[in-house]
Amino acid sequence: MIVGNRKSMEEILEMVKPYKKVLLLGCRECITVCAAGGEREVGVLASELKLSRAKDGQEIEIKEFTLERQCDFEYIDQIKPFVDEYEVIVSMACGAGIQYTAERFPKKPVFPAINTTFLGVTLEQGLWAERCQGCGECILHLTGGVCPVARCAKSLFNGPCGGSSGGKCEVSKETDCAWQMIIDKLKGLGQLEKYEEIIGVKDWSTSRDGGPRKRVREDLRLQ
Amino acid sequence: MKTKSNIERLLEKGVFVVTSECGPPRGADPESIRKKGSLLKGVVDAVNVTDNQTSIVRMSSLSSCLILKEMGFDPIWQLVCRDRNRIAIQSDILGAAALGINNILCLSGDHQIFGDNPKAKNVYDIDSIQLINTVKTLRDDGKFLGGDEVKGKPELFIGCAENPFGDPFEIRAMRLGKKVKAGCDFVQTQGIYNLEKFAKWMEMVRDRGLHERCAILAGVIPLKSAGMAKHMKKNVPGMDVPDALIDRLSGVPKEKQAEEGIKICVEMIQQIKEIKGVRGVHIMAIEWEQKVAEIAKAAGLSPRPQA
Repeated sequence: MIVGNRKSMEEILEMVKPYKKVLLLGCRECITVCAAGGEREVGVLASELKLSRAKDGQEIEIKEFTLERQCDFEYIDQIKPFVDEYEVIVSMACGAGIQYTAERFPKKPVFPAINTTFLGVTLEQGLWAERCQGCGECILHLTGGVCPVARCAKSLFNGPCGGSSGGKCEVSKETDCAWQMIIDKLKGLGQLEKYEEIIGVKDWSTSRDGGPRKRVREDLRLQ
Repeated sequence: MKTKSNIERLLEKGVFVVTSECGPPRGADPESIRKKGSLLKGVVDAVNVTDNQTSIVRMSSLSSCLILKEMGFDPIWQLVCRDRNRIAIQSDILGAAALGINNILCLSGDHQIFGDNPKAKNVYDIDSIQLINTVKTLRDDGKFLGGDEVKGKPELFIGCAENPFGDPFEIRAMRLGKKVKAGCDFVQTQGIYNLEKFAKWMEMVRDRGLHERCAILAGVIPLKSAGMAKHMKKNVPGMDVPDALIDRLSGVPKEKQAEEGIKICVEMIQQIKEIKGVRGVHIMAIEWEQKVAEIAKAAGLSPRPQA
């Protein structure tokens, strides 16, 4: 899923400073699962904003609304009937959702309440971790199912570097060394000979470096 | 001979080579690099010039190499993958060769989090093993990574680093094998304090015949104090400092610890020399270049053959 983190109260307060009528827009997809921008978090942020503004004698009207998804116009359009009653939309979706909402309402300021952080998994309740960077050319079959692009701090294709120590990364003792994990997995699979193969220079054009990406399924397109 | 490198020439003759390193200054004053160089003159066969080591901004490695070259050294230009993409890397390789640099050391580079710009974006377009292969392809095949022909091949003696003390230990010789396959001519190891482990690594290296395909230069770092030894053990990732060594340094009065550190270093070199397959030593005296001559002399490594 896409994992995000809510921005600090101070930053959000600063963004909405000039406004009195705010539409606070959550999303029920990934950002709900990672407990950053779902219905519950929309409620919490709305209460906090109202309290802070009331304390400063700056009343604020907030409409709380949570969409099925903010990455489809079909759902975003549900706010059409009342969006004009608000001066600004503060979105609690991921960066994609925030942008798509902004794109749908070109004349409305749309601000982010979320810092989108990574594509990841739930390790345990309240704990998420990065697993993928969407580089567009998966090599997990060569690396024992552990991604060196997302999980090695240097994205090394032929690691580990000299900083791998006791299974941990040189960057932090909290971070597992991806290459230690790759080697352990390959060894367990009886495929350590795969490690001896040099992985060649990567084609980064399939990643962000090639510019914004699109995916097309011609058979699904309407025209 | 693939290149005009002094160490390649000496290694071919079977000489046990001595290299050391110079860290470029944190400023534009060329005098400080000349001063460091003057301490190594006639003491070593080649001198490494570090590339923004520990991710702290310094004078560029290539510029510092040139200053040392003007002094008559045969510099080993260190190049890390952290700060440049493949376009800049290939371009700099051609530039270095054009300026008469004969040796390159291909490194991943320390992560930027350790330096003075922890908020920087790192590049890592290619990794150190891919970098080795890039230099080899430019030099031996006369081809750019994009496939075009190079007009005027860069004749660089290709080096790499390997850390026998990094984890997982079992693949460390295998990893050197990948570097040899990629095209490295010599390797300089991480600083050795745990001789037993290094000897074990060398055994694995010999089992694979890597010592015959790539010259192995053993790294040593003289310790200035028991405090430095403890710091390295605790804070420097991939550094293996046995407690016995720390105890030995702690056992002498503070003002004698530096002297003891030098003694340990000399003994280490003498023992390393006896290990089959080791063809040289790389003395990394960090901000302590004035001690390299003393260490080399005490270890029976001076004078050096004429360049």
